[in-house]
Amino acid sequence: MNPAAPGNTGYQSLENVIIRFAGDSGDGVQLTGSLFTQDSAVMGNDISTLPDFPAEIRAPAGTLPGVSSFQLNFSSRDVHTPGDRPQVLVALNPAALHVHLADLVPGGLVILNEDAFTPAGFKKAGIDTDPREDGSLAGFSVHGLPITALTLEAVKPTGLGKKQAERCKNMLTLGVVCWLYDRDCDVIETLIDSRFGSANAELAAANKLALQAGFGYADTIRLMPHRYRVEKASLAPGKYRRITGNSAAAMGFVAASQLSGRPLIYASYPITPASDILHELARLRHFGVLAGQCEDEISAMGAAIGAAFGGALGLTATSGPGVCLKSEALNLAVMTELPVVVVDVQRGGPSTGLPTKTEQADLLQAMFGRNGESPLAIVAPQSPADCFDMAVEAFRIAIKYMTPVFYLSDGYLGNGPEPWRIPDLDTLTPIDVNFATDPAAFMPYLRDPETLARPWAIPGTPGLEHRIGGLEKADGSGAVSYDPLNHENMVRLRAEKIERIADDIPELEVLGPQAGELLVLGWGSTYGAIRTAVEDLQQEGASVASAHLRYLNPLPRNLGAVLDRFDKILVPEMNSGQLRLLLRARFLKDIAGQNKIQGQPFKTSEISERVRSMLSPGSTRRARA
Amino acid sequence: MMPQICAENGLAREDIVFVSGIGCSSRFPYYMNTYGFHTIHGRAPTVALGLKIARPDLQVWVITGDGDGLSIGGNHLIHTLRRNLDVKILLFNNRIYGLTKGQYSPTSEFGKRTKSSPLGVIAQPVNPLSLACASRATFIARTIDKDTKHLQEVLLRAARHRGSAFVEIYQNCNIFNDFAFDHLTDRKVRNERLLYLEHGRPLTFGADAEKVIVTTGRGATSHFGVATRSEAIEEDIVVHDEATGNDAYTYALSGIDHPEFPVPMGVLRALEGPTYEEQLAGQIEEVQRRKGPGSLETLMHSGEVWTVD
Repeated sequence: MNPAAPGNTGYQSLENVIIRFAGDSGDGVQLTGSLFTQDSAVMGNDISTLPDFPAEIRAPAGTLPGVSSFQLNFSSRDVHTPGDRPQVLVALNPAALHVHLADLVPGGLVILNEDAFTPAGFKKAGIDTDPREDGSLAGFSVHGLPITALTLEAVKPTGLGKKQAERCKNMLTLGVVCWLYDRDCDVIETLIDSRFGSANAELAAANKLALQAGFGYADTIRLMPHRYRVEKASLAPGKYRRITGNSAAAMGFVAASQLSGRPLIYASYPITPASDILHELARLRHFGVLAGQCEDEISAMGAAIGAAFGGALGLTATSGPGVCLKSEALNLAVMTELPVVVVDVQRGGPSTGLPTKTEQADLLQAMFGRNGESPLAIVAPQSPADCFDMAVEAFRIAIKYMTPVFYLSDGYLGNGPEPWRIPDLDTLTPIDVNFATDPAAFMPYLRDPETLARPWAIPGTPGLEHRIGGLEKADGSGAVSYDPLNHENMVRLRAEKIERIADDIPELEVLGPQAGELLVLGWGSTYGAIRTAVEDLQQEGASVASAHLRYLNPLPRNLGAVLDRFDKILVPEMNSGQLRLLLRARFLKDIAGQNKIQGQPFKTSEISERVRSMLSPGSTRRARA
Repeated sequence: MMPQICAENGLAREDIVFVSGIGCSSRFPYYMNTYGFHTIHGRAPTVALGLKIARPDLQVWVITGDGDGLSIGGNHLIHTLRRNLDVKILLFNNRIYGLTKGQYSPTSEFGKRTKSSPLGVIAQPVNPLSLACASRATFIARTIDKDTKHLQEVLLRAARHRGSAFVEIYQNCNIFNDFAFDHLTDRKVRNERLLYLEHGRPLTFGADAEKVIVTTGRGATSHFGVATRSEAIEEDIVVHDEATGNDAYTYALSGIDHPEFPVPMGVLRALEGPTYEEQLAGQIEEVQRRKGPGSLETLMHSGEVWTVD
């Protein structure tokens, strides 16, 4: 179907639209959202999404806990967040309206399925009065459509039963939305065909009929006086797909295996929100990926260490409570200087905490959560797509420096899908692996003069037989040593080895003025919110810059100099100030924190408000450099 | 002794790895000139798991003790055995914590007075062989440090077994639990109190092999008893079968103990079965046959891909 000619409806151009689809978890809201997302992506918009579905156990239909939603921000400029508050709310039932109305911006557009606004519907949602009549919708632009009736009518030719026919109402809604944003239905029709497949051709046909009917209905009644257009964003050319951080990490680790030519051995124990990495890798046995579920977190850590001792890439993933259990074994990897990577998809703590909610509160645990002085490298991806790059980077560092590497992701990154420009594998740098083979000069703790890495000497190599373990080692020979000066020397060597990684990682990049009044510095999943907030303020002329740390130990070499160039530093974190604590101790600077500990990511507006409050009144001071 | 055993198996020393936990037993790798990994308390089987998956070509030995393997590391022992990972587990049982200077262990006798149980242990001891049986180990044996000939025979059998081999070694601790097994090994009582197992032969003991283990009752009510050979009815005499898959027999045998019975010594069970790493390799082969070797390029481009020009 072709979009209707402009006719008597004009077009209004918008920079971006934030739309939220909401309905019962049985209404196909996630599918609706992801189809429209895909369509927006194909149209050339930049996109960011926030799917939000109820906890594991499905609540009764029509109730408040049963509401599922999907928010999409599609834009003609770069976007890094799904947006704080929607401008458009599509509500398929009263419960969905009730849950989400408070988030809608004043004057926002509401599209309702009028057929669901019945006394029975209100009762299920636990609402006493009809929100269309009690003033709840005052100040919004409300469009009630008989979506269920239109759907039943539209799919009649397929002969589907009422129940199945009614399930196509999400597609009818999508047709309405397509009309509103001047979209062709063709792309979505193709997607419907590929989703349902030839085995479900009848359902595919019904869904397409509903989609077209929605479009046609909106066009016929001239739903709005004008339609909206969001122009293409200028995105880097290439092939794109959507990806979650956990999927991207899994692929990144497979890439690290291929780039190093070493098998990937993934050992883990199920834990939310890291289990998807296990599921992803378990499917990849035909890649030779040896992914296994262990009896506990400790076993998974031990198996990763054993794999590394044997010359493979040892990997494990977990969340905070699992890190607690792995700590002793991880310390063994520090002492034996073996290349393993530990992924921590952080969640709310302490203890079992908030398993399905996000937090960044394991940074100090990663830094210090082991007995003795036990330094290791820490990397932190800043976006779902970056989860791929940092997975490769984690193993590059682990192998080159013979050290365990912590990979700090979080629930928001792990589960959040975002567009990913699929990298060209041929452009990735191979990871050098040099096993020791020459018995002549071999000592298990003889260090590379540049990196301080000890040799990777794997069993099966004649003449290199040696014993390693958790006891303190004599420098060089690796024999068990209780010598006091040797111990001090080894503690310093282990720390120095990690510090030298700083020569081998990119310098911190500052976005915006390179010097000035305020720098907003973040790490991990706060990247999108910080960057968006700061870019918005820069457009207003404020002297504010942002920077994001993807390497937390060691920190980039230029960080101290960067901090010195700004009058004030703000560090937003989803914890009580863990990075801030580290930076204050290291750089003796008075760094301000913005700390949100609600299991929820930052909203862009929260950061902008805080930044505004820190800028001098009327500050439009330009960069000094 | 270990070098001989390894040599008899035709292995070069670079292809052998001893992995240990923490405890007196776990110093073991330092006495060997092979590869070795002295890990942390209780966790040797976990390191062995990753190592053996990465390197099925290596022969991997796990050296543990009653505290390391049955207390802090008990979970890993169970799961290693049920996987049938091809590792040889030697559990040196001295019924005491020696390295930490004399606390009771999971195999200390009920009522035993130690530094940490001055009024006596108030928990029942774990029977390592019964635990191994319940964990579906494919090779279960017991031997004793003082009988070096028997020790060597059993270790050789363990080395040749494909899959998890579990060997309990009664080990004296001359500092903290001296004479722990003298009540069994003393020359005067040895024949009465030890039951040497031989596959296909009746379970006999005594100075002149005049006593036998008999089974009384049938089916669910059957249990073991002791009789003299002359009194016993021939069909009641238990004939040792190390190759039976009958858990009930192996479990019953693992449980007989001093003073009611002589203590079994030797190979209780030796079953053929696919190892964990073989099955893993088999799954890879099978899925590669069906799907072909995985292409990362294809994987990355799966799902809904769009192009920006």
